Amino acid sequence: MSELVRPYGDTTGDGMVQISFTLPVDGRGESARRAEGAAAQLANKMGLDPALVVHTRPMGPDFTFFVVYGRVQHLVNLDEVTVVERDYPLLSPKEANAAIKRALRRRLTVVGACIGTDAHTVGIDAILNIKGFAGEKGLEYYREVKVVNLGAQVSVPQLVERARAEKADAVLVSQVVTQRDAHLLNTREMSAAFREAYPADRRPLLVVGGPRFDESMAGDLGVDRIFVRGTTPTEVASYLVHRLAAKGAAA
Amino acid sequence: MSRARGKLDLDPATVRQARSLARKAGRPIVTMAKRHTTVSVERATLRLAGLQGADPDGTPWVNRLLESVRADLDQDGGLAHGVALPVWDALLRGEADDLAALAEKASAGSVRFRLPEGKDADRARRAARTQVQRGIRQIDRRRAERDRLIRRYGDAPRKPWIYLIVATGDIYEDIPQARAAARAGADVIAVIRSTGQSLLDFVPEGATREGFAGTYATQENFRLMRAALDESSRELGRYVRLTNYASGLCMPEIAALAGLERLDMMLNDSMYGILFRDINPVRTFVDQRFSRQVHARAGIIINTGEDNYLTTADAVEAAHTVTTSQLLNEYFAKEAGLEDWQLGLGHAFEIDPEVPDSFRLELAHALLARELFPDAPLKWMPPTRHMTGDVFRGYLLDGFFNLVGALTGQGILLVGMMTEAVVTPWISDRDLALQNVRYVMNAAGDLHRDFRPEPDGFIVQRARQVLAESIDLLDRIVDDTLLNAIADGTFGLMKRPADAGRGLEGVAPKSAVYYNPASEILEADGMVHR
Repeated sequence: MSELVRPYGDTTGDGMVQISFTLPVDGRGESARRAEGAAAQLANKMGLDPALVVHTRPMGPDFTFFVVYGRVQHLVNLDEVTVVERDYPLLSPKEANAAIKRALRRRLTVVGACIGTDAHTVGIDAILNIKGFAGEKGLEYYREVKVVNLGAQVSVPQLVERARAEKADAVLVSQVVTQRDAHLLNTREMSAAFREAYPADRRPLLVVGGPRFDESMAGDLGVDRIFVRGTTPTEVASYLVHRLAAKGAAA
Repeated sequence: MSRARGKLDLDPATVRQARSLARKAGRPIVTMAKRHTTVSVERATLRLAGLQGADPDGTPWVNRLLESVRADLDQDGGLAHGVALPVWDALLRGEADDLAALAEKASAGSVRFRLPEGKDADRARRAARTQVQRGIRQIDRRRAERDRLIRRYGDAPRKPWIYLIVATGDIYEDIPQARAAARAGADVIAVIRSTGQSLLDFVPEGATREGFAGTYATQENFRLMRAALDESSRELGRYVRLTNYASGLCMPEIAALAGLERLDMMLNDSMYGILFRDINPVRTFVDQRFSRQVHARAGIIINTGEDNYLTTADAVEAAHTVTTSQLLNEYFAKEAGLEDWQLGLGHAFEIDPEVPDSFRLELAHALLARELFPDAPLKWMPPTRHMTGDVFRGYLLDGFFNLVGALTGQGILLVGMMTEAVVTPWISDRDLALQNVRYVMNAAGDLHRDFRPEPDGFIVQRARQVLAESIDLLDRIVDDTLLNAIADGTFGLMKRPADAGRGLEGVAPKSAVYYNPASEILEADGMVHR
């Protein structure tokens, strides 16, 4: 039995949704009704039936903003939803430290950076800085983790060089700017550079994170793992320990 | 001066102590800055002398000429004497008819530069000064033109000025967006720069259409946008201001270009480049002083970057680092000749909304900045860090941000976007954001007249506490020296030693015969204000 649901407004199964958008049409005065009709038409085509255009706001002569409420007929089949499930146990800092000590018998080295022209260090700082994120301390807080945070606008060759010099076990890269797909281009460039610079079995674990990545694209981008919006330091630390401790034990 | 003690009843002796500590902390930096020059200061001088354009590879002629001079004098001090003496000496020797021809010849390797002495040096100095003076006069004319246009079209109708950002990467896309924003009510348009630009050691040339998360700052882009906003000003009957960024490795040059093209405000922070771009501290302070002297002359309002500290450090714990930095920025700015009305000191609404009393804390911090710097047009920055993607909640947060702005008489209000951290603002985001500002200003714009925090109440005590903490910090900085404090990670948690960072190779101690006509003229100008 597949599990089917519909959007919920105030009654089970009412299918109510709310959307807003702008159309490049004049919504002023005489033109208001035509603009509203245009919005209703779009909403209908998107599957809202009936569609209720509840707000129309002209923005100058060329654009009009709409808020639309309506019922959708679509069903959501929860069985068909695929997500990247967390395939490693969450560890507390104490457990993570103990696991690293046991498996590697040395500190685990992480090199982090924002690469390319990206100057937004918020993400990498949230994961690495001792201050952390969402009430969790960053990786700097982990006694058995050595953190080298290179900060913003690091070039790929600089990153590879530093990773080699530090004998990095893992490289963490944060990418926020997505204009012209910069985050994808930079990530591909980075993973290619590491593949070129290291033999396959010696390459550090490559992890990227940022608000606009798709978790399932890791293979496509040539990295080991992608973390998305809302990832906490504990999750990253646990993942690193899971992958590297297993590798250390096997070696 | 008979200023009332204000709503926070700050003790004047404490305020004086804070300023005097800032002066003590800053003075050794000024001394150091006066003793050094940088490649960008020298290139800015060449730009003021009228050298423009780039070679076929896009390298600006100012860079080519400077590098030739530096290479020829390599055994003889390099950059240490400044670019003026060897360059105008070469011109007087008849090596070329003008700077452009000289630069071209120099990059082909067919000029030898030398350090002139005696009468030759005197002649070179005079010629350099005459030519650079023309650029400074052009800046003066631009300033007078601004005053004239403001009289003709009228100024922004109210305070705070509404500050909106455009950032498409393409100047020809930016222009219609900027004009639409002005029509929608923006008093100030800021064109965000491409993220990589702060680390370029040259200023790109020409109109540009390729930038990441922003548009390159170039002289031609400045000119195009200013011309477009002049048209908007005429159409709207109010002068619309234009803002860009004098930061990064080319601060002095960009400041010069801004003055020449009549930009009205420039982002210019004393420590931002050091902390957030890992630019060498000495390079930054030298470049910053020159750029501020240019801004002072050009009648440009600077915007400082204290908001940035709060994006990496906690906005409650680090509140005093904002105050400390504002005091330092004020000292450096005034030392460089800027006046109070030109100090858009920055601060931001970045306290975690989950913190109890977060709004009261914001109010206390904003009021402290207002009362510490009563004559400065403070730059009030919206929440970014706690904008989660929940655009509805974000809209409310922006409303509260606007309310603090209204209650504390901020001078420049950067309009917060509910889609912060989601997308670059859509046209509807901007429209909704402006409705938010208008509603709050219309409903509560004069509330500051009625608003008086309880004497010795929560807000007053919090403000005093932040001021006291910033005095403690300044005290430690004075003991430790500012350069060491920066090296230790005092600001924004970043550690930046004075002998590391980008652009260090572009710094040189000045020799005994160092000469820079621009500095000479601007330095004399600054004396008038002090």
